[in-house]
Amino acid sequence: MLISIASGKGGTGKTTLALLLASIHSDITLIDCDVEEPNCHLFLKPEWQDQGQEVAVMIPQINIELCNGCETCSTVCLFNAIAISGGAALLFNELCHSCGGCILACQQGAITEDKKLIGTITTGTSPIFPAIQFLSGSLDIGTPSAVPLIKAIKEKVSHLAGDILLDCPPGTSCSMVTAIKDSDFCILVTEPTPFGKHDLELAMNITHLLNIPTGVVINKSDENIGDESIESLCHIRQIPVLAKIPHSFSFAKEYAAGFIPDEFQAVAATIWSQLNAKGSEGI
Amino acid sequence: MKELVIVSGKGGTGKTSISAALAFLSPQKVLIDCDVDAANLHLVSGAIIRETHEFKAGFEPNVDENKCTSCGQCTDLCRFGAITAGVITTPFNCEGCGVCAFNCPEHAISMLEKQAGHWFLADTHLGQLIYAELGLSVENSGKLVSKVRQEGKKIAKAKKFPLMITDGPPGIGCPAIAALSGASLALAVVEPSLSSIHDLKRLVDLVAHFKIPLAVCINKSTLHRENTREIIAWCHSKAIPIMGQLPYSDAFRIAVQSGKTVLEMEDAAVIEEMTKLWHNLAKRLEVSITESNIGFFRRKLHIFQ
Ligand code: SF4
Ligand code: SF4
Ligand code: SF4
Ligand code: SF4
Repeated sequence: MLISIASGKGGTGKTTLALLLASIHSDITLIDCDVEEPNCHLFLKPEWQDQGQEVAVMIPQINIELCNGCETCSTVCLFNAIAISGGAALLFNELCHSCGGCILACQQGAITEDKKLIGTITTGTSPIFPAIQFLSGSLDIGTPSAVPLIKAIKEKVSHLAGDILLDCPPGTSCSMVTAIKDSDFCILVTEPTPFGKHDLELAMNITHLLNIPTGVVINKSDENIGDESIESLCHIRQIPVLAKIPHSFSFAKEYAAGFIPDEFQAVAATIWSQLNAKGSEGI
Repeated sequence: MKELVIVSGKGGTGKTSISAALAFLSPQKVLIDCDVDAANLHLVSGAIIRETHEFKAGFEPNVDENKCTSCGQCTDLCRFGAITAGVITTPFNCEGCGVCAFNCPEHAISMLEKQAGHWFLADTHLGQLIYAELGLSVENSGKLVSKVRQEGKKIAKAKKFPLMITDGPPGIGCPAIAALSGASLALAVVEPSLSSIHDLKRLVDLVAHFKIPLAVCINKSTLHRENTREIIAWCHSKAIPIMGQLPYSDAFRIAVQSGKTVLEMEDAAVIEEMTKLWHNLAKRLEVSITESNIGFFRRKLHIFQ
């Protein structure tokens, strides 16, 4: 089962939940898809298998010798990634989406393609949790789009059977959608504040659009007004609340120091039993 | 006009609460929320929307069925697997590149401008606020961020405000880059947790890449003293100034739950540290420190009581 862990708002505890769930499983693949700010490795302290695999996208290379400045390429590039300067085409590679449109359009054969590195995927196992097979993506600084890297890391595990957990990027934009796409189940982590609720609703819209069965976990729950408003939202949207993780200072403290506390293992176990029940129903 | 951008590698470090509190303390400012994925500042500032604007960006293909001969050319050329013989099968994959349209032998595809979201001008009890809502799963969050900034600057200019306070987006990708480029000062909010420290380091690299001055504010500094000390030492070694240290307090959560700023809660330690933070920032940005009008009138009222 491919389970993605997401949330509209950052910092609600996606990584915490991913680690909690992974830590009590007997055989699981955990993927850190939050490639802008990967964090899982800080807790797992894995032994990396090797240097990691570099991920590249193809971007155009303009041969100025052949270019006659006809502007065809800059016209077809809908991302404004090409400008004509000094009678020749000039590429702004941060804007390029690697669509290949300019190459098809150039009549002079002045454009070829070359690789541009955007990030790295590393694989490892943690001595603390040997049952976790761990993959982590890390986006190179200054690279605007994480989407190709997230696609590459998901590709790598697409053939795997068994349970796979994805720690997704926050938000509701293209990176988050790329990460949760094709998952069998999506857990949205939220916290019982108006911020959490507002952003949870946005995230629910996305899973609804993508047709992914969804459940909610309320983190930093205080059994109070905040919880109620989240629960009533879930009720209206007919999305189950899988579990609540109580607000706990001691947990926050251990977590800050880079440990996965044992405190909420029982909660994680109830989430797994619900997931497995859904899995056997064929979702 | 100075532009203060409050960022953090990861969300949930208290960016929005701190932005709101700084706005409360700053006398003349425009507020903008650049977290277009999940804007939150309007929720704690009692925002009343005055203007709603559509935001269009990017394109989407529209196939004319009558012209399409299902030749399959578009399927072969689309690198994102979004179209199959003239039918947009997976719209989520479409990047709007137009390759299908430009290369369709029948000219059956036209590229239409895409509705990518909305942006709003709102009045709040903290001042005027510009925020935005990105359409579901559309790209161009960077462009929408730029739009929000541009509108904020217009207001600041028209009203001759010396400061624009930006609640920045999380991460280090395109929205963060769009929010930071050309800012006067980036204030990174960091918590004394290993993950937050790790994120800070990546953020520092990003900010250096774009040559933007950076300062740090440690939130929940009392959560883990050793880590707090480590952040201080690390910042010191990198010559990054620390503008403030806010203690761990439930006041933040309660403030958000009651739709107020943390300064309106009765936590003296937080109020004191937050005020210090604002003083340091104001000095650094060379803008006037004087209390906000609200604070001023409140105090007057207290005298009458
Ligand atoms: S289309 Fe080819 S020849 Fe024309 S400007 Fe672009 S690169 Fe140069
Ligand atoms: S590959 Fe596509 S996005 Fe990149 S420059 Fe060419 S036309 Fe523009
Ligand atoms: S290339 Fe044009 S005619 Fe051919 S299948 Fe695509 S839309 Fe239809
Ligand atoms: S616009 Fe680009 S991504 Fe979208 S269907 Fe056409 S070729 Fe594919």
